[in-house]
Amino acid sequence: MSPAADLARAALRADLLFIADLIEPGARVLDIGCGDGALLHYLSSERGVDGRGIEISQTGVNACVSHGLSVIQGNADTDLNDYPDGAFDYVVLSRTLQATRNPREVLAQLVRIGRKAIVTFPNFGYWRVRWNLIALGRMPTTRLLADPWYSTENIHLCTIRDFMQLCDDLGLRTERQAILNHTGHNIKFRSTSRFANFFGEQALFMLSQR
Amino acid sequence: MAVADPMDVSPLSESAAAGQVVELGADGPLRLDSGTELSRFSVAYQTYGALNADKSNAVLVCHALTLDQHVANAHPLTQKPGWWDVMVGPGLALDTNRYFVICANVLGGCMGSIGPKEINPDTDKPWGLSFPVITIGDMVRAQARLLDHLGIDQLFCVIGGSMGGMQALQWASAYPDRVFASVPIAAASRHTAQNIAFHEVGRQAIMADRDWHAGEYHAHNTTPRAGLAVARMAAHITYLSEAALHRKFGRKLQGRDKISFGFDADFQVESYLRHQGMTFVDRFDANSYLYITRAMDYFDLAAEHGSLPAAFKKTPVRFCLVSFTSDWLFPTADSREVVKALNAEAANVSFVEVDTDKGHDAFLLDEPEFHKTLVGFLNGAADRRGLKKP
Repeated sequence: MSPAADLARAALRADLLFIADLIEPGARVLDIGCGDGALLHYLSSERGVDGRGIEISQTGVNACVSHGLSVIQGNADTDLNDYPDGAFDYVVLSRTLQATRNPREVLAQLVRIGRKAIVTFPNFGYWRVRWNLIALGRMPTTRLLADPWYSTENIHLCTIRDFMQLCDDLGLRTERQAILNHTGHNIKFRSTSRFANFFGEQALFMLSQR
Repeated sequence: MAVADPMDVSPLSESAAAGQVVELGADGPLRLDSGTELSRFSVAYQTYGALNADKSNAVLVCHALTLDQHVANAHPLTQKPGWWDVMVGPGLALDTNRYFVICANVLGGCMGSIGPKEINPDTDKPWGLSFPVITIGDMVRAQARLLDHLGIDQLFCVIGGSMGGMQALQWASAYPDRVFASVPIAAASRHTAQNIAFHEVGRQAIMADRDWHAGEYHAHNTTPRAGLAVARMAAHITYLSEAALHRKFGRKLQGRDKISFGFDADFQVESYLRHQGMTFVDRFDANSYLYITRAMDYFDLAAEHGSLPAAFKKTPVRFCLVSFTSDWLFPTADSREVVKALNAEAANVSFVEVDTDKGHDAFLLDEPEFHKTLVGFLNGAADRRGLKKP
């Protein structure tokens, strides 16, 4: 790998790098909640990906577009039904599902418009979360869920087991699953196990329609 | 017949403004949406920068209703700087060291392209109201003929604000293979009832002026100055936001310290509008105003194609739409509707809403965030098109 590519990898948050490594070069990718466009930028400059983004904050959108990325202002809850079936090879929803109004509908849209959906979310079954609630009797705040209950945007939190249950209900195929720590580095647990649900701070799933 | 200023050199010279008028139609008439044909038609245009060897760096700037081809050079009638000289020039967003920028006076205009003011060769008199009613589609068709004449197969980019944005959309819709990128700014895919209503007020003001003479004012050696000025005044209000008007004028009085209990221009805003109206009539033709406003009214891509997505079926064009928060003439919702339609075609689209209180006219002004996003989009597109960096 070239020094420039090494630098680009080093600059990308670990969970986004993990996602990027799941995507083959030249793919069509929609990144929903793309923020400042870090993943999109990496994918298009290092992988030749045809990338698009949706971002809820106008500041984020403007920053992305001014860096040459194709991004629109929009919202996962309302704007995904505009896209045709199978418009993308991959649809990425990173750390955003828990902030949507209707996660079930959003999940269904992801696998409709993308051949594969890559979803990451903070695991509410993580032991520190449980500890907060059980031992301290307080609404959990963790490194990934830093905002207090009255100002958090995370309105639909779930555990890994909850998420797997919903995927089952929607008849989705899980192609890949991984547990990440709070910095986004992959840690080796089998996510089907209760251990994963206890020790995993965030989870990644690659899903498709059955 | 050159309309450029005398400083100009060859049309392809680096960064200099070059202007000329070409007579087109020798290779076939221009068929209009109304069904009529123009067998010969002149198109007046300006160019800036140099066309590269493989003719891949051409940017077509489409002008708005009352503007013209003098994008970045002093206007031959008013001597004022070009209307987009904050945007077009060496080192600017439309960098003339990188792009070959073209702007043509629209069909129906009054700065050298064929329009109601020009002489109809069949009668040796100005066309007046015998000029056929034209559409945005016709304007774009005429521009495509100009590109044929210049030997340019594909534009790197077509860009414009307001009516210019309508043309940018029309270009992408009608000639998807001739456009690499399209940038419609403060535009819409159709004119709303409110837009049409404002235009109708303007047209009625012109037609109510006794000097209009049913469009034959040239024969009477008059011009409907009062009517055209009122049309301009009414339209000008729609280009500004309430906040901008308030900031600029508030209720401040003009050259007096108390109200006059009369109908002079007591308020600064009145005096400003009167000035706008008066200076406009010196540079614009009243009949052109009728024709061009009509073309905008008739614009409706969805109606033309059955639905808006159908207007952009599988489009290969890269889009960047821009709207402004305080623009109530072409509000953000209008741009968003186009974005939705483009998403339905999984098109490559960027969309930026710029926060400003300057209203519709913000697209003409030095809005740093607007320019920054435009530079980013253009650079990204230019890299993909393989255009050399300056």
